[in-house]
Amino acid sequence: MKRNLFWLAIALLAAAVYFGLLVTVADQYLGADLSLGLPVVARTLIAFLGGLAALVIILVADDFANLRRPKALAAAGILFLLIGSYFGLFVAPPEQFMGETQRIMYVHVPTAWFALVAMTLALASAVVFLFGGDYDWDARMEASIEVGVVLAFLLCCQGAIWAKPTWGVWWDWDPRLTTTAVLLFAFLGILALRKFAEDPHKRAMWSAVSTIVAYVDVPIVYFSVKWWNSLHQQQSNPNTVSKPFWIPLRANAFGILLLMTAFIMLRARVAALRLKHELAPPPVLTDAEMGETV
Amino acid sequence: MLIAALRKELLLQWRSRAQFMAVFVFGAAALLLFSFAVGPVAEMLRQFSAGFLWLGLLLSSTLTLAESFHAEMENRALEGLLLLPANPRALYYGKAIANWLQLILLGIALVPVMVVLYDAGTTRLGLLILIIALGTAGLSAPGTLYAAMTAQVRSKQTLLPLLLFPLIVPALLASVKATSLIILGDPMNQSGAWVILLVAFDAIYWSLCGLLFSRVVEE
Amino acid sequence: MPPSADVDAKNLARRYGRRWALADVSFSLAGGAVMMVAGPNGSGKTTLLRTLATAVRPDGGSARVGGFDVAHEREDVRKLLALLSHASYLYDSLTARQNLAVVADHLGRSRAGIDALLDRVALGGRADDTVATFSAGMRKRLSFARVLLQEPRVALLDEPYGQLDPEGFVLVEDVVRELKAGGTTVIIATHQLARAASVADEAMLLEAGRVKWRGKASEVPKG
Repeated sequence: MKRNLFWLAIALLAAAVYFGLLVTVADQYLGADLSLGLPVVARTLIAFLGGLAALVIILVADDFANLRRPKALAAAGILFLLIGSYFGLFVAPPEQFMGETQRIMYVHVPTAWFALVAMTLALASAVVFLFGGDYDWDARMEASIEVGVVLAFLLCCQGAIWAKPTWGVWWDWDPRLTTTAVLLFAFLGILALRKFAEDPHKRAMWSAVSTIVAYVDVPIVYFSVKWWNSLHQQQSNPNTVSKPFWIPLRANAFGILLLMTAFIMLRARVAALRLKHELAPPPVLTDAEMGETV
Repeated sequence: MLIAALRKELLLQWRSRAQFMAVFVFGAAALLLFSFAVGPVAEMLRQFSAGFLWLGLLLSSTLTLAESFHAEMENRALEGLLLLPANPRALYYGKAIANWLQLILLGIALVPVMVVLYDAGTTRLGLLILIIALGTAGLSAPGTLYAAMTAQVRSKQTLLPLLLFPLIVPALLASVKATSLIILGDPMNQSGAWVILLVAFDAIYWSLCGLLFSRVVEE
Repeated sequence: MPPSADVDAKNLARRYGRRWALADVSFSLAGGAVMMVAGPNGSGKTTLLRTLATAVRPDGGSARVGGFDVAHEREDVRKLLALLSHASYLYDSLTARQNLAVVADHLGRSRAGIDALLDRVALGGRADDTVATFSAGMRKRLSFARVLLQEPRVALLDEPYGQLDPEGFVLVEDVVRELKAGGTTVIIATHQLARAASVADEAMLLEAGRVKWRGKASEVPKG
């Protein structure tokens, strides 16, 4: 990975963390104004776009060369998650209507965001591979799908945990939760397909095709489940807009972002190593060996 | 090209019509078994009849779809056609259309079974056949694409449903809902929305899968 | 008569899993020539033919058939070329005539010549029997008819003598001579060195996916 690109991504991340988190923390607990005069909308936009841009730059520019960077990103991600969990569990006040149960939203909402982001990365990798044929993108696709599957699985579990005390059932046929479950199974199927395809070319092609086909399904599943379930009670959304709610939500979001980036980088390295082995050029015989065969 | 491909598919299906009968019996047996899950309460069975019909059709369709690539793989006949060269897109649409027609026939054949077992009669037969046609089109387009992949690997029997079932959730939902409304009555006139959803699903997957098929069968 | 198509391979390589079926094969063959390819089992004969026929993509090197690249101009290569493969490419549930009709339809040709072709490979009497009832030798004959129906400029024949009876051997030789007379380039992969040498001009010996010897068919070293 080009050094300066990596540092550009880190700078973007720093800006995102500063405007997304530090300004709010300072305002809430220190009474200091660090906003540099930027309105809330602009700060949120910088945090959102900066984080995503950093993720994309890091993953696209990654040449699977070193291990220090993903490890450092993972460590930073865990740190953010610890901070977020501390604020979410101990500092933020219980929510007015849903009480303590609502605290799961601090991790549930960011998980949902990044499950979708991981699947979208898989789609982008699939499209780039299909048109370019560069196996680096097959490695990225494999990594993104796996991380996406883990996040989607966590999301379903959290959804069930949330649903039980709230509605008295483990599974509420909420469109978003159901779509996630469908997506989880669709991508698990693609991972199974990858296991059974031995030829690297076929494996890459098939999973790229299946990823595109499955991703296109997401909005259709969402709307069909929504219509199907329209008579069911509409769930109330926890609109956590006041500042004490922002801090754990955003800290966890940065934490999952960093951890996800690190995991995709690490997993892509494993895939790239296997591909390097599978795609190695034929052995070159020395003159002596050639003489033997003639 | 498409005509040639379709002609070949229909000929192959005609030669293996015993297979169609076997799949039909499988589907009918599934419908019989589903009723045991509910119990002999006529009203409940009628309530669930549309869902059972489509589940039976879905399970049978994986057999039909997988079988449609069996003849292509046993002597690598598909490779032989591609090397002629035959247009992969024509081969795909030929097979998808043939599978679709077979699934429509299967669906229509299962309707009387449903009527008898679940007391789920209707006079709106035209509309029911339309829903069967649109719903099976949604199974056939992605099903043919996935069957082309899974036919090339070991443990194809597991992999095809694993890939296909999550994908066709919207088509299944819409088909079940629309069929249900036909059988149980549609006072609010909701079936139109489900028909539109089915048409959209079919349009998206019939075009997308045709574009991607050559990537799946070419080395 | 369209011009003859020549075949050129440069460092051609192809792997199956970890094994290099074709490690490094380079040769060129002038249009209209007949070459036999020999070598022990697993030496890469079939893989070479399948790579040239665009049935599998090369993992290294390149090859051209009639000037078209086998990896990137597959469509053009396929129009020139016919492969008699180990797999018969036949539908077992269809009759001999129907199998050829399917090929003719996909090529956009008329079905008129099919009966003559079936007579040519001595299957005229079994034209309306399903291939499932055929012996291995009869399937081979039908596959030959399939190749002839394609009217190829380059014919790749993988083990053409396999499973055939003595009359079949004569048929193969007649067919190869006929193809050659029409200017078709022919590559025959076979273990039947003496037989193939009677129709081939040139020869190539493969071993472990590499070229071991290349020269005239009449000068193939023994053993």
